[in-house]
Amino acid sequence: MLAKQIYDVVVVGSGPGGVAAAIEAKKAGADDVLIIERDTELGGILLQCIHNGFGLELLKEDLPGPGYAQHFIEEMLSLHVEVLLNTMVMDITPQRHLFLSSKEHGYVEIEARAIVLAMGCRERTRAQIRIPGYRPNGIFTAGTAQRWVNVEGYMPGKEVVILGSGDIGMIMARRLTFEGAHVERVLEIQSYLSGLSRNLVQCLQDYNIPLQLNHTIKRILGKNRVEAIEAVQVDEKWNFVPGTEEVIPCDTLLLSVGLIPENELSRKAGVKLDPITSGPYVDETFQTNVPGIFAAGNVVHVYDLVDWVSEAGFSAGKSAAKYAIALRNAEARYTPLVAGKNVRYVVPHKLDKSTLEKEDIRLQMRVTRPIEQPVWVEVHDGENLITRKAERYVRPGEMVTIVLKAKNYADVAKSSKLTIDINPR
Amino acid sequence: MQEKYDYIIIGGGVVGCMLARWLSRYEGKVLLIEKEADVGMGCSSANTAIVHAGYDPLPGSLKARMNVKGNAMWDTLAGELNFAFERRGDYVVAIGDDELPLVHKLMDQGKQNGVPGMLMIDGPEMRAREKHINPETSGALWASTGGICDPFQVTVAAGENAVMNGAKLLLNTAFQDFIMEGKRIIGVRTNRGDFLGRWVINSAGIYSDEVMHKAGVRPEFIIKPRKGEYYIFDRADVSIDNVLFPVPSHKGKGILVTTTLHENTIAGPNGTIIDDKEDTSTTKEGLAEVADGALKLVPSLNLRYSIANFVGLRPMGNGPCKTPGVVYNNDYIIEIPEEVQGLVNLGGIESPGLTSAPAIAEEVVDMLRDAGEKFVAKKDWDPIRPGRPRFRNMSHKDRQLLVEMDPRFGQVICRCENITEGEIIAEIHAPIPARTYDAIKRRTWLGTGRCQGGFDMTRVVTILSRELGISPLEVTKRGTGSEYLFRQTKQVEG
Amino acid sequence: MAEEVNFICTACPQGCSLTVLMENGEVLGVTGNSCKKGLDYANAETSDPRRMVATTVKIHNGFHPLLPVYTERPVPKPMIPQVLAEIRKVEVEAPVVMKSVVLENVLGTGINVLASRSMPAKG
Repeated sequence: MLAKQIYDVVVVGSGPGGVAAAIEAKKAGADDVLIIERDTELGGILLQCIHNGFGLELLKEDLPGPGYAQHFIEEMLSLHVEVLLNTMVMDITPQRHLFLSSKEHGYVEIEARAIVLAMGCRERTRAQIRIPGYRPNGIFTAGTAQRWVNVEGYMPGKEVVILGSGDIGMIMARRLTFEGAHVERVLEIQSYLSGLSRNLVQCLQDYNIPLQLNHTIKRILGKNRVEAIEAVQVDEKWNFVPGTEEVIPCDTLLLSVGLIPENELSRKAGVKLDPITSGPYVDETFQTNVPGIFAAGNVVHVYDLVDWVSEAGFSAGKSAAKYAIALRNAEARYTPLVAGKNVRYVVPHKLDKSTLEKEDIRLQMRVTRPIEQPVWVEVHDGENLITRKAERYVRPGEMVTIVLKAKNYADVAKSSKLTIDINPR
Repeated sequence: MQEKYDYIIIGGGVVGCMLARWLSRYEGKVLLIEKEADVGMGCSSANTAIVHAGYDPLPGSLKARMNVKGNAMWDTLAGELNFAFERRGDYVVAIGDDELPLVHKLMDQGKQNGVPGMLMIDGPEMRAREKHINPETSGALWASTGGICDPFQVTVAAGENAVMNGAKLLLNTAFQDFIMEGKRIIGVRTNRGDFLGRWVINSAGIYSDEVMHKAGVRPEFIIKPRKGEYYIFDRADVSIDNVLFPVPSHKGKGILVTTTLHENTIAGPNGTIIDDKEDTSTTKEGLAEVADGALKLVPSLNLRYSIANFVGLRPMGNGPCKTPGVVYNNDYIIEIPEEVQGLVNLGGIESPGLTSAPAIAEEVVDMLRDAGEKFVAKKDWDPIRPGRPRFRNMSHKDRQLLVEMDPRFGQVICRCENITEGEIIAEIHAPIPARTYDAIKRRTWLGTGRCQGGFDMTRVVTILSRELGISPLEVTKRGTGSEYLFRQTKQVEG
Repeated sequence: MAEEVNFICTACPQGCSLTVLMENGEVLGVTGNSCKKGLDYANAETSDPRRMVATTVKIHNGFHPLLPVYTERPVPKPMIPQVLAEIRKVEVEAPVVMKSVVLENVLGTGINVLASRSMPAKG
């Protein structure tokens, strides 16, 4: 069950960016921090990145993705960050209200004093790079294939061609080879490698998987399942070089053609996006243009080392906590004024306690009914009377006032709520 | 023991499903056979989703009559079958002064066809109505009775209503031949057995010519597939709120830029005549042609906001128009042929086929009645096919109530389009069950957003496997032969 | 007979193209490196190339059907196919704690295979 309606900091996404933000938000003094994850467990994309190479900078250790994730998740949980799993954030308003949907908790609205967006990236798709041909099964982004192979335990292909020399594609080339598939070719449209050269060596060269630069796919063949792809060489303007076509039989095409920050929610919250990064405009505290909404990790721009994602998360979490605390302190300065017995309404509705230190505050009200006899107009905090005033009568048509004086400050400062009652004397 | 039907319908596209729906209103056993794993997998789910006003078909043609009659039936139908439909109205836009006379001609043609609610507007008015229109526009025809729908929803809704009213639907059942007694058709032979019926109705779409030839009917009638390619755009980056037609040419109505009821703008189709009836591939040249046409109407359209492409094959037939004095060789065939008994023959139902579908169904019932069929209305016929909740269209308050009622609606599976597990399960167990990924996609619009299934694919495979009681290895995209997974890694259980 | 071997250094992301002159399995000289790490890499790669191996094993009654595992140190490159074959035989029981040993001293290398993460039992 959700512990509260309003949180100091809410983090959306429990990948490395989100977890780091939650950790640092707590350490920086946020009272309550909630992290929301749409999947069945914490960790985000790292859970399916079972290869090594994570943590070399920050932890001085060469860890697989899940191990890196777990290290920080354990720290986060030890700080008593609240966790919601299997929960999708459906909407965020600029006023920092979040609408959440899950089987377990239903459809609920919560409020945050500060939000850290850490939704990561999605993968570029076939349609976005416009490969003509049929739309058979067997065309997957490398990440989707990775989830099947590493987490759910299924092989989505036997004879594979990979388009794009991004890291995920090269990693999957090795992974699929380990699990008994045959990776026929990796094609890269640019004249240079898209990912890290370490992966070229350890994923492609080690396993004799050919990489063809300046190549792309002209057409996909196969109606129900991929049967072949037609590879072709391109010139520096990406035009097809006639006569270089090669039909490569295969049953699976993996796409590793780029990551795009996932900012659906950010848009809903009114966050402005940089068209070049596809992520939010942020300042050095990782705050977006919407006050109180911060962003960290791949959702801002695509990182190549997860260690720097965690660093960004720490920074954003710290800033978010600072913002939340300032907001909470500002809220705490206010005391609400409540219309009590025989009072229809009171203006102002709330007052800043610190004002009373220097000046008087006049309260104005109207009564619900005429009382044609002497009355007391009393201001109290539920237990103690703070001040009162006598009136000979009260009528709805005549406004009633009472003044809170500076000498009342000490009493008002202790109270969380003031009620004004009018009773016959 | 062979089951004997009164009406056997070949082909479960929008026309076949409408026919089933109309016939299931009356006493009599209706069988609808469809060769694919789902209804509407041909042209019916791959078109521009327009309910045409009716100014385009040649006056006097059967196309024109069916179009205008059909158009008027959509409000009632949408209400009864609960599918998405809106009379948005459409524009035929002239770019440059040269095109204006053609638009006037369409207006005249519309009047001849009996199309109500048309108006000519000038260039400044067109620019005011659509701020992204090519500024060179010299004016347009505004047809207020034009509409947009979800054509697949229409198809499945009609089919479900037919099934709910007693019609039988057999998927994965392909027509092979007629069973004849002399000159009388008494049934059909399929890959899943023989079925006997008093009447067989040919609504086989792109294969309708091959079906009728099996009965020796109209050997000269040939269907040529006319391929239309489309772009779908990201709704956050491209929002054209109108239905924009160019001036038509000999090739057809032309390349539109139009809004859809999913709020995605689409552009297309071109019209390339091909030979292969199974060739639904997109082509570089075709997509370039669509891009050119689209940019002519909306020069600011940016192709980089395209998130998907698709292809529809229209069944273009060479049927002659039967109206005396009208010379036209691309008309619909809707007839009871004389050469054989027991056949209702439909052929060449291309655009405006979707619009005409309910009118065609009614026409067929009338024709059968004229041929002596006694139609007795079923006492318990229910015209209503209830709608199912669409989480994405609901307010926060309504979503809360829905999730309280059934928590499975709280589990969001498709992030981009906000489709929930509850909806997916409802479609898997609907009167026409969705048993493949694409079937769920057509019904719910899942997987059609920016990530194109990147997040939902693995989860939908798991849900289908669980709900259908099959192994994940058996889950397919569009029927047998399109499985996702080959084997388990390391032979795991579970 | 001296021969030249070319490869890309993976000691750091820079990826220098190294050329190593070898004779009878001995390194005569290295060119193309920008730092000492490249020199060390060249020596290691030509005499005893090693790689970290990461894969998955079957886990019974676990939250997921597979548990990711990794070699705690790089194993000799030529042994990778056999190492994978050995790991494939391993099946573990949930729950499992991160970094616990799922296969000790794989093929006598002195290198253990560890669980990449903790995995609780199902349900």
